[in-house]
Amino acid sequence: RSKTCWRYGGTHWYAGLGNANPQGPDWCHTFAPANICLVHTGMFLSVNVQVDIYERLPVPFGLVRFGVAPDHPEVKNVINTFTQTAQHARCSFHGNVRVGKDVTVEELQEAYHAVVLSYGAEGNRTMGVPGEDLAGVYSAKDFVGWYNGLPRNSELRPDLSCETAVILGQGNVALDVARILLSPVDILKKTDITQHALDALAESSVRRVLIVGRRGPLQVACTIKELREMVNLPGTRPEMEASEFEGIAETLKSLARPRKRLTELLLKAAIETPGEEELERRNRAERAWGFRFLRKPLEVLPSTDLIRAAGIRLAVNRLEGDGEGVRAVATGEVEDVECGLVISSIGYKSLLIDPAVPFDARKAIIPNTMGRVQQTAGLYCSGWVKRGPTGVIATTMNDSFDTARTLLQDIGKGTLDVSTVKPGSQGVSTLLEKRGVKPVSFSDWEKIDSEETRRGEIKGKPREKMLDVGEMLQVARA
Amino acid sequence: MSVASASIQFFTRLLRYRTKCAVPFHAASRILISPYLPQVFGGNKVLLGTCAQPLRSEEKVTVYFINRDGRKITTSSAKGDSLLDLVVEQNLDIEGFGACEGTLACSTCHVILDQKVYNQLGPITDEENDMLDLAFGLTDTSRLGCQVCLSRDLEGITVRVPDRVNDMRRSDDAGPTL
Repeated sequence: RSKTCWRYGGTHWYAGLGNANPQGPDWCHTFAPANICLVHTGMFLSVNVQVDIYERLPVPFGLVRFGVAPDHPEVKNVINTFTQTAQHARCSFHGNVRVGKDVTVEELQEAYHAVVLSYGAEGNRTMGVPGEDLAGVYSAKDFVGWYNGLPRNSELRPDLSCETAVILGQGNVALDVARILLSPVDILKKTDITQHALDALAESSVRRVLIVGRRGPLQVACTIKELREMVNLPGTRPEMEASEFEGIAETLKSLARPRKRLTELLLKAAIETPGEEELERRNRAERAWGFRFLRKPLEVLPSTDLIRAAGIRLAVNRLEGDGEGVRAVATGEVEDVECGLVISSIGYKSLLIDPAVPFDARKAIIPNTMGRVQQTAGLYCSGWVKRGPTGVIATTMNDSFDTARTLLQDIGKGTLDVSTVKPGSQGVSTLLEKRGVKPVSFSDWEKIDSEETRRGEIKGKPREKMLDVGEMLQVARA
Repeated sequence: MSVASASIQFFTRLLRYRTKCAVPFHAASRILISPYLPQVFGGNKVLLGTCAQPLRSEEKVTVYFINRDGRKITTSSAKGDSLLDLVVEQNLDIEGFGACEGTLACSTCHVILDQKVYNQLGPITDEENDMLDLAFGLTDTSRLGCQVCLSRDLEGITVRVPDRVNDMRRSDDAGPTL
């Protein structure tokens, strides 16, 4: 049997495969956040293909584990699908293997017929303003990693002793951060949020969160589900400037359904006079949140000791153009907002993982055509590293189906040569052993999973995530 | 039907999913219902793909699915199951259907119904509409399969699975990118 390899890093990955030839190749791919449906859909089952998954961390699932908010457990249900796939006889998981360091992409290409890169986007776009390095300024990626137990963010220790937090960006990640900052601890303590984050939030002085965007209410990037959660968040009230919504109501009838419903809800929360019950609820609320529009960060202002953030200077914009072509243009006006916590949520960014892999530094993706990496036979990509860091699990799932079809097509047409015998995971294991790298299997992960679940049960949580890779490895090998 | 028996049925259904999937049943993580039950703007109660039915009936309801490739699938299920239940139980070959397992956290069980059938069904909750907003190829007779419960009135209906599974949370029109 021939072997091909798919390599993921941390992105979602589903793939439905069509019927390949009976002499099918073996594939290996690395497990990323929410991936692996290629085996699951049953198409794979009819094909004589081996899929190996390489993942940097000892634990699988990527952003489904580390990105989805703790209070959205239903979104994580997709882990069941992935688990089914990973447990398939012709699929094997190899965690604790850093592709690009422990084994190169070229070495993988020698061992497998095909390599699929879907390692996602572990970097983030920076604001690029003075003061970004001050204490109290974080990327949403790191802040989310902190409350979701990503080992590299376990020591973040964000200072929550200020009253106002400013979040730059108005997408769903920004709303997740706002919601976690303002949620009653009684709700959070029943989720899989990390204990240290829970403790910090219990002591938090943050009472006001501003969610700031460059453009206007009609360009807000979040979805209605997340907005509704903010509107219904217990113990909080919305606080927004009516002036920022001038002319918006008049546009409603011309909007497509999703944008229309979203804008209606936004208007209701922002400017509509509430009924008696709602008014009472708002008066009792001790925490507030609100969108601020047409504001772009110019500088994070330091405290008197110049160590930490004490405010943020924002340029005031106006909008030019209409429809898809709406642009934010500076007016020259400037506004300072006092705050002690600044979180920039302006986008993730893929990074170069191995110099042998083509990379478009400007777009921060691997240059490809329908998932075929340009100028490199036998190399494919899928998910965020292929198309950019946007979209939810289902979006990326669909994308993975596309890449899988491309791969199968190539096999069918003979563009991808699967006639030679390749060593597959045997070849890679030999290399890893020589280098002192011990992979973690899926059943090893299940030991980690059981232990995390056991620790969580004691506290009434679904799990208590391990924060230290060393500890994960210890439990995996026990 | 009492809350107790509704709960029992809900748990039984979940258990059935779990045993089918041969995955360890982590009760807490799988059944946590969003704490954010809509209260403020008079939203409707959140349904989580459960179809209230006093007893599982022996009576089956026949449903015709038109899959994305245009092929017709004939299947039948007990009354009270949702369309998602039906797809899962009968192991129908519909790619990527029901990723969030009926918890109103995705739009992958999006189906298109005939106008008459659509009109027969009950009101759509805010939560279902919120997820429908993100569905590709949304029509005026679209529903999420996990929220459509089979009854004798739905005997012989045709359900179309739209062309592409694509949660819209990346289109400029819907605004959101993540």
